[in-house]
Order: sequence, then structure tokens, then C-alpha cells
Amino acid sequence: MTTELFVQYLFAGITYGSIYAIVAIGFNIIYNTTGIINFAQGEFVMLGGMISVSLLPYMPLPLAIGLAVLITMAVGALIEIVFIRWLTSPSVLRMIIITIGISILTREAAVHIWGESIRSLPYFAGNEITTIGVLGARISPQVLWVVGVCGVMVCTLHLFFKTTSVGREMRACAANRTAAILCGINPRNMVTFSFVLSAGMGALAGCVMSPITYTQYDIGTGLAIKGFTVAILGGLGNSGGAVAAGLLLGIIEAFSISVVPLAFKDAISIAILLVILFVRPHGLFGSGEAARLKAF
Amino acid sequence: MKRLYAILPLLGVVVLIQMLTTWMGTQFYLTQMTMAAYYSLLIIGLCVLMGYAGQISLGHAGFFAIGGYLSAALTTRNLMPYREEWLVRLLDSGGLLQSGKDMYGSDLLVVWPWAAALFAVLMAALIAILIGIPVLKLKGHYLAMATLGFGIIIYRLVLATPWFGEADGISGVPPFELLPGLVVRGDVSGRVQNYYIAWGMLLFGLFLLLNLINSRIGRALRAIHGSEEAADAMGVNISRFKLQTFVLSAVFAAIAGILLTHFNGGIGPSEAGVMKSVRYVAIVAVGGMAHLWGALIMGVLLNFLSLRGVFGSYDDAVFGLILILIMLFAPNGILTLLPRKKDQAPVQAAPKDEEA
Repeated sequence: MTTELFVQYLFAGITYGSIYAIVAIGFNIIYNTTGIINFAQGEFVMLGGMISVSLLPYMPLPLAIGLAVLITMAVGALIEIVFIRWLTSPSVLRMIIITIGISILTREAAVHIWGESIRSLPYFAGNEITTIGVLGARISPQVLWVVGVCGVMVCTLHLFFKTTSVGREMRACAANRTAAILCGINPRNMVTFSFVLSAGMGALAGCVMSPITYTQYDIGTGLAIKGFTVAILGGLGNSGGAVAAGLLLGIIEAFSISVVPLAFKDAISIAILLVILFVRPHGLFGSGEAARLKAF
Repeated sequence: MKRLYAILPLLGVVVLIQMLTTWMGTQFYLTQMTMAAYYSLLIIGLCVLMGYAGQISLGHAGFFAIGGYLSAALTTRNLMPYREEWLVRLLDSGGLLQSGKDMYGSDLLVVWPWAAALFAVLMAALIAILIGIPVLKLKGHYLAMATLGFGIIIYRLVLATPWFGEADGISGVPPFELLPGLVVRGDVSGRVQNYYIAWGMLLFGLFLLLNLINSRIGRALRAIHGSEEAADAMGVNISRFKLQTFVLSAVFAAIAGILLTHFNGGIGPSEAGVMKSVRYVAIVAVGGMAHLWGALIMGVLLNFLSLRGVFGSYDDAVFGLILILIMLFAPNGILTLLPRKKDQAPVQAAPKDEEA
């Protein structure tokens, strides 16, 4: 393989990997505060892309993206308040099925609103054929946008959890719900907030990836299962691990298409998921000790 | 024998429906009733896995597709160009192939449907064992995602393999002669006969499963559902029982897939789709998880309505909504919303407290 081709695959892998990492972090945020996996996580990415495309004719691009993120956050809050907030200690099976139901309803709403057509935002800088040369390979500036925005999001999130009061309250709920209540934190609000946060992150990722990967009503399931693979790979609840695992999966996937037909790309990442689940269910970076203490 | 009597009223209803539709001249309903019966065969198998053994599977459409696709491909793909290969010669000398003419009059050599069906069921069982051993060690989200992943892999493989017809699926699947005179096929003349074949299979399956859950195995499964640790401590071999149930439900799914494919005369990739798996889970949930009769009734009813096109383009949305509403308001099935006598209460798939 020539250097150019290698760099080309590498950047493709990093682009997709960043998206997977963001979806995985979305899983982690909700998992940490509630102990549930939100199977509708991928739909937030789809909604972000779809809404911004619909808003674009009426306003400039940054405003359309900002508004799309806000609307998706509102949808996230609505979903949590309507379907989850008032349940008292539901079983894992029940939560799985409810979030799957939410995912189906969101997707069906999307297909009835936007149809089955494939949409995309315009490139943020330049157009389809603008490229930058890196080590002989040609990459689109949008790739840098995706990687940059995802990187900024991860750093902001890290600061948010470390320094702000709300972030610390969320971490308190994740660490010990009862103790958090005794300290005067309302865990229900924190759960709603975690849905808003992960919806917003998903939506922003959906906007920046839209010019490259396009947006269709049914992209959510695929993203959700890959995001989950990454979340598991990095250790469920561990966002630093999610970034590393996301890039790893993205790069493996990108290089896999040089060996096997494109149609099997998804099958490969899912096969990785299955292998990881069987061999190291606490993830590459997680500790088995901690995994056993969590309630699955 | 008692359980055989419990099925008799249902048999009466089945005959009554056939007579009513014949009398009213609305026999076309029987076609959808036949298809609904095959889907319900899968659903009652899944019900035992989910409701009694307590293991969720979001990949059962995969087993349905393994059955349907293998049977369809083997009985449809012409082996004539390969008839000199040793494997084909071996099959032929074993009497496992049948020759005929295709629609253009050229020679056709395909696998005998019975042999294809047995192979498909064996493959489904084998894959269920291979997948089941590692997967069933997982719990909760991990189990759900792993089975979902399995379903997606099957879907992708079917969609990417020319031998399985890629996006077009396989059409022109020949009839399946179960016994002399008893043929699974889709044309109008065989409608009533096929209605009875499908319902016969479904009722027989129900009878087997009813016996199973009221036997020692059934009690062991319920113990596992209640608490794996406790069941383990009482000497129940958890992993073996979970695996056996998983394989059994996979075989039910494969048989349903085979028969429905021969009845429809074809199969498409949508049968392997994630939405189908989710739909089966939804129906088991509506029926009450640990409630075979509920799963059967809801399976027939909802599939019939869906096949009749009652839900229009909102088909998937309706199943999504049903799933959410049931899980929010009646996690133990729709029947629990009705007042019931105490001694009739089934094993409750009671929500366990997960949060400390």
C-alpha cells in the first residue's frame, strides 16, 4: 500500500471514528446518570442533520446548525420527560424495549416528515472538490471540521464535568445516587439534563458529518450499534476510552474495505463488537472489577 | 392430555373461521391468516425464550431468514451446470435432488424440498448453538446488543451475497410437498389446505411448548428467570437450559421461515431486517412475556392486521408505539390490564429493582 493510500484510509477512518466516539460519549453520559443504554442515541444524530438541512433555506448555515442542535436538545428533554422520568425503578429489559420503541417512533416520524430521500448540508468551507494535500493524499476540509468539532466537544465536555456545578452534580448522581439526593441534588433533573446533553452532542455531530456522509431517516440504527461498540470497547461510562476506541474502530473499518467488499463493512464492526463482548465485556481500557459492580 | 383439551377450543375457532370465510365468500382472508400463523410459530418460540427463560433476542428475524433463505436457495438455484461435481453427484445418488423444467423449458436440477428444509433447520440450530454459547453468558444491554448485532450481520450477508439474490431476494421458490397430497404452496386452489397446514403446525408447536413449560425444564427456566444465582445454587444447569431454549426458539423461527417462504414462493431481505426482530419482541411483550396464549393470540391478530395493510405506511410506527405503550403502562402484558382471577395469574415477568 502506498503512503498516499495509507493516509487516505487513515483520514477516512479518523473522520468516521470521531463520529462514533461522539455517539459513544452520548451513550456514556446517559448510562452514567441512569444505568440505561439509550438505543435511540443514533436518532439524535439523524435529527440534527435532518433539521439543519430543513432550516438552511431560511437562515445562514451557523444559525441553522445552532437552531437544529437546540431543537434536538428539546426533543431529547421531551423524550426523557414523557417516557422515562416518571418510571420508578424499571427493569433493564423494560428500559431496553422502551428506548427501542422511541428509536422506531423517531425514525418513523422522520420518514413521514422528510421522506426517504438522502439529504446533506453544503460543505462548510469550499465545495465537494476542494481538497487539501496531506502527505500526498487529498482530503476534504470538511474532514478537519468533523475532527475539530468533535475534539472541541470532547474537551468542552471534560471541562464541563470537571469545573461546572451542574457537571459535578451529574457526576455525583452517577457515583452514588442516594448520597447525591442527601446532598440536595435532584437526580431526576440530572437525568433529563443528561438526555439534553447527549442529544445536543449527537445533533452537532450529525450536522458536521452531513456534508460527507449524508443524512437519511434510517442512519440512526447503524450509528447506534457502532457507537455502542465503541462505548463497550472503551469501557462503558469511560469517555476518554470512547475517543480512543472510536478512532480505533473507524480506522479498522476504513482499512477493512481495502481487503473485503464494501458491503461487509458494517458486518466487520459488528463482528468486532461480538468478539469484544465475548472476550472482554468490560472493554479494552475498563477494569473487570468495576464492570462486575454495575447492574446490567 | 389435559393440555390437549385446552387447545381444542382454539381448533374449533380455526375451523369456524375457515367455514365462515367460505360461507361469506371472503376466503382471501385465509391467505393472511396462513402467513400470520407462520409468524406466530416464531413468536411462540421467542415467547418461551423471553418470557420463561428471561433472555431477550433482537435477532430472531435472522433465524427466520436462515431457514427461509437456505431452503429457498437450495430448492431454486439450478445445479445443472455443476452436475459433474462430486458433491452434486453424491446428493443425486442419495436421491436428494429433483429434476424438472424451468419456465423456459430448460432442464432444472434442484435440491429436494425436504432435504433443503432439514438442512436449513440443522444450520439454524448449529448457528444458534455457536452464537448462543457466548451470547447467553451476557445479560441486559449486552445481550440485547449482541443479538441485535447478530441480526444485522445476517441482514448484511443476505444483502451482499449474490447467491441469496442481494436486494431482490429469491423468487420462484417451488411448492413443498410435506406428505403426498399435502403441499405448501401459494396458489388459490391450495388456500384452504394451506390454512390448515399452517394452523396445524402452529397448534402442534403450541402443544409442544405448553408441555415443555409445564415440565421439569419449564420450572427450571422459570427459576433461572427469577434468579440465576438461586437457580444455580439449587442445581439447575443454567447455561445448558438457556442454550437449549435459545436453540429451540431458533428452530421454531427457521421452520416458520421455511414454510412461509414456500407458501409465498419467495423471500426478500426485509424478512431479515432489524424491524422484523423488534416487531416479534413487541408482540411477545404485548402478549404478556411469560404467556404463550397471549403471544399466540397477539401474534395472529397483529400480524393479520399488518398483512391486511390496516396500518398503511404507519406499520412500523404502530409496532413502535405498541412497544412503548405496553412497556410503560402494562409491562406484564395487555391481559394484566383486565381484572383476573388470582389462581389464573401467570408467572409474572415482574420488573426487578435495578437501582439501589
